[in-house]
Amino acid sequence: MIPSLLPFIVLAGAPVAIMLVVAFARNHKLTLALTLAALAAAFGLLFLAAPAAPRQVTALLLMDRYAIFYTGLVVAASGAVALLAFGYVEKRVAPPEEFYLLLLLATLGSGVLAASNHFASFFLGLEILSVSLYALIAYHQRRPLGIEAAIKYLVLAGGSSAILLFGMGLVYAALGTLHLPSLAIRITSLGSNPVLALAGFGLIVVGIGFKLALVPFHLWTPDVYQGAPAPVAAFVATVSKGAMFALLQRYFSALDFAQSRALWVMFAILAAASMIAGNLLALRQDNVKRLLAYSSIAHLGYLLVALLAGSAPAAGFYLAAYFVTMLGAFGVITALSSPGREAEALDDYRGLAWRRPFLAATFTAMLLSLAGIPLTAGFIGKFYLLSAGARLDLWWLLLALVVTSSVGLVYYLRVVFALYQSPAPAAAPAPRLSLAGGGALGALVLLLLWLGSYPAPLLALIQTALGGSP
Amino acid sequence: MILLWLILAPVLGGLAAWRCGRSGVQWPRWMTTLTLAAELGLVLAAWTTSSMPMGPAESSNWRLQFDVPWIPQLGIRFHLAMDGLSFWLALLTAFLGLAAVAASWRETVACPGLFHLNLLLLVAGVMGVFLALDLFLFYFFWEAMLIPMYFLIILWGDAGRRYAGTKFFLFTQLSGLLMLLAILALFFLHGRATGEYTFAYEKLLRVRPPPGTEMWLLLGFAAAFLVKLPAAPLHSWLPEAYASSPTAGSVLLAGLLSKTGAYGLLRFVIPFFPGAADRFACAAMVLGVISILYGALMAFAQTDLKRFIAYSSVSHLGFVLLGIFAWNQLALQGVVIGMLCHGLSIAGLFLLAGVIEERLRTRDLRRLGGLWAVAPRLGAVTMLFALASLGLPGLGNFVGEFLILLGSFQAHPGLAAAATAGLVASVIYALWLVQRVVHGENVRRLAPLDLQPRETGVFAALILALLWIGLYPQPVLDTAGPALEGLQHASRLALTARPPAPAFPKIAGLSFKIDAPRPSP
Repeated sequence: MIPSLLPFIVLAGAPVAIMLVVAFARNHKLTLALTLAALAAAFGLLFLAAPAAPRQVTALLLMDRYAIFYTGLVVAASGAVALLAFGYVEKRVAPPEEFYLLLLLATLGSGVLAASNHFASFFLGLEILSVSLYALIAYHQRRPLGIEAAIKYLVLAGGSSAILLFGMGLVYAALGTLHLPSLAIRITSLGSNPVLALAGFGLIVVGIGFKLALVPFHLWTPDVYQGAPAPVAAFVATVSKGAMFALLQRYFSALDFAQSRALWVMFAILAAASMIAGNLLALRQDNVKRLLAYSSIAHLGYLLVALLAGSAPAAGFYLAAYFVTMLGAFGVITALSSPGREAEALDDYRGLAWRRPFLAATFTAMLLSLAGIPLTAGFIGKFYLLSAGARLDLWWLLLALVVTSSVGLVYYLRVVFALYQSPAPAAAPAPRLSLAGGGALGALVLLLLWLGSYPAPLLALIQTALGGSP
Repeated sequence: MILLWLILAPVLGGLAAWRCGRSGVQWPRWMTTLTLAAELGLVLAAWTTSSMPMGPAESSNWRLQFDVPWIPQLGIRFHLAMDGLSFWLALLTAFLGLAAVAASWRETVACPGLFHLNLLLLVAGVMGVFLALDLFLFYFFWEAMLIPMYFLIILWGDAGRRYAGTKFFLFTQLSGLLMLLAILALFFLHGRATGEYTFAYEKLLRVRPPPGTEMWLLLGFAAAFLVKLPAAPLHSWLPEAYASSPTAGSVLLAGLLSKTGAYGLLRFVIPFFPGAADRFACAAMVLGVISILYGALMAFAQTDLKRFIAYSSVSHLGFVLLGIFAWNQLALQGVVIGMLCHGLSIAGLFLLAGVIEERLRTRDLRRLGGLWAVAPRLGAVTMLFALASLGLPGLGNFVGEFLILLGSFQAHPGLAAAATAGLVASVIYALWLVQRVVHGENVRRLAPLDLQPRETGVFAALILALLWIGLYPQPVLDTAGPALEGLQHASRLALTARPPAPAFPKIAGLSFKIDAPRPSP
């Protein structure tokens, strides 16, 4: 039991250790090293936990291959965020060390979500994640936009948590258990009048939809992305959403939501609405962070297609590709942001290719991956998604996906065009790229191209971890 | 293996040219020329060193194959193959690439290294489209060639480049995604019927979708190819994209990318869906005739030299579309000749436009005139390409259009007659072009530098190729013949074999399946 839990123990212990170290000696580099070491240790320990999987750890957590895969993804992404953030937080007024502490806590919460097998651990993980995020979003205290974003997020997340809890209560009232496997058994004998349970699940979906920023629960997204420090926005876009999606998918398939017509249609509508609204709202954005926020809404809509198609491998691969891409995109924004000023206006990016060719090329690759263009991970991800949908004949959803993603191309190309605009207008001097950030960005680009040209190894891994057919 | 090198060589050459860009302006040009010359040699070597496969002509026409697993989990293989049809198109690709680089030598471009990298990547993408035999791989190249083209337009295009580039990308991407959906439907139809999930061309040929579905699938494929070709109502991206590209970009866009559309129709649409193609043929041929007449009319109304050429290209490709859907041996042979000659002549015209623009800083037809007197070689070459474009006997275009009209007359006399009117229109606009540019009074006292030896050489090569095809097209017909017969045979086989009752589970044409599908855990 302990080996299966070790990754989480490390993730929980590391913030305490770092807190102690910070109390004695503040040293940014040391803190980063400790953070990375903790994340690497957690990642490595997942491999130790893998042979024992699936193993039930107390009633709350289930460390199966699924949980291990998503925890690994989350931990790796947090490592990338830490590296990207290094140059960014160093120049800010706030002391940089606590950033990593919060980051590790949030990662722990995400990991718990991915392994959750019980409503209690669901809520626990969610709150660990959310509370760390409130602080992270407002990390840069002198920035009013950040405070505003954090308060907005706090209020809305609090509200959605309340709705979620209410939903859990209703489900408990109807079924008498909070434990996922027991729920799955009892739900089959629900009888002809499942109103209470259905209402409960409906409310739970609202809570989850908020965290995933699905339309119509997306209103916080652009403001939070804009207000949060760029690396935190990267974390919100990837880790927080990815962990929540992992949980949603686990519950969705365990409880066989697909069997309930009402729930199925509800998810189909959420998916279509997210794709359409996300892409349309992004069209006229001149703020790159907000643009990426809307784009991430649309991408979660695409991801729901994989959920509805019941293809865990397609969703897993798409999420991995999306993680790499979003981290890279926000990584570029992070690298360009100078103290007190986030590089978020489209004007900051005009002619970037002639000033900072490496960053511009990276950003181009990431944007093309978001648009699903070949040679990038996003292409294979989108292809796998479409193929999963086609397997179950979800033609209307696929058509919506295809049409809206073509609309999406318009705004990605707008940014790409701005990057290569010449002659380059004079722009505010951007800071030098830190070694950690540059290395992380380079690695992300390589990963993007590798997944885009030879995805077979990752696909093999995902298919053994998550199972399933093409 | 040599097929793999056909794709790798331009990629590697491009990277080398990119590196060279730092050492000097001329280096990337030489590097690119060298790469493309090697590419040309490779294509010829690939064809001459291989031998005709044994067995009946219909079974397999692949002279060369390269087949390794790529993404086995999804049934995707890296499968390239070459038959007579792809050989000619591959040859055209390498040849036009070379011509484009050599003739735009004097054009100044910013960042020559990056420019030539994009150029060579485009060549690699187009080459991949002509050689891919796995549908996923085909789609991969199909989409991949958009990116370098997009960058060629937005980085080195003229004032309207942003609009042109985005529109081009959008049209091709959306239609490409529709094709991807059709490919996936085909993939699952095959998988469910046989239990083997694969994107292999020859296996998917055996899928027999039910008629309703077949039509939807055909439309999905045709959307992509008709946009790229382009056929009349889907052409609106074309004038902007052609006119805004740099010269080398226009040459490749008009000379090669349009051929990928025609190639797709030939290779995939009709052999895959012969039944639906039969029903769709009439509509497609009408589209072809509309393109012929509309393109000619619009060409006549243009004042911009490049837009003029763009519309004349629409007109000529209308013939190709007409011939493809006539689908008999005569018309198909005409199509192959027509594709090659259109590629050569349109490339020549765009190179001329590039030369004129580079020398005179304008391509406004109203400001040109009387160039023959001041630049006789330029005038003569313009004259020759205009004549090729109007289909003068002796030049290749004539053979192509003649065969297409002959073939489509058998299939649909009325439409062939209407298409003939297009020939008359092309005479008018081509001669009008000659009058505008080379004859008439040189009011503005333009005195451009006449063609330099390198340029003369390129144009001479293009004209010689056109003359050769025009006077002695037999080698082309002989090599492409078996491939065309094979395609026809495949579609005939499919038509006679149908319908073996609904052995296939119905793939709901476009029904939104609300009945909850059961997810796999």
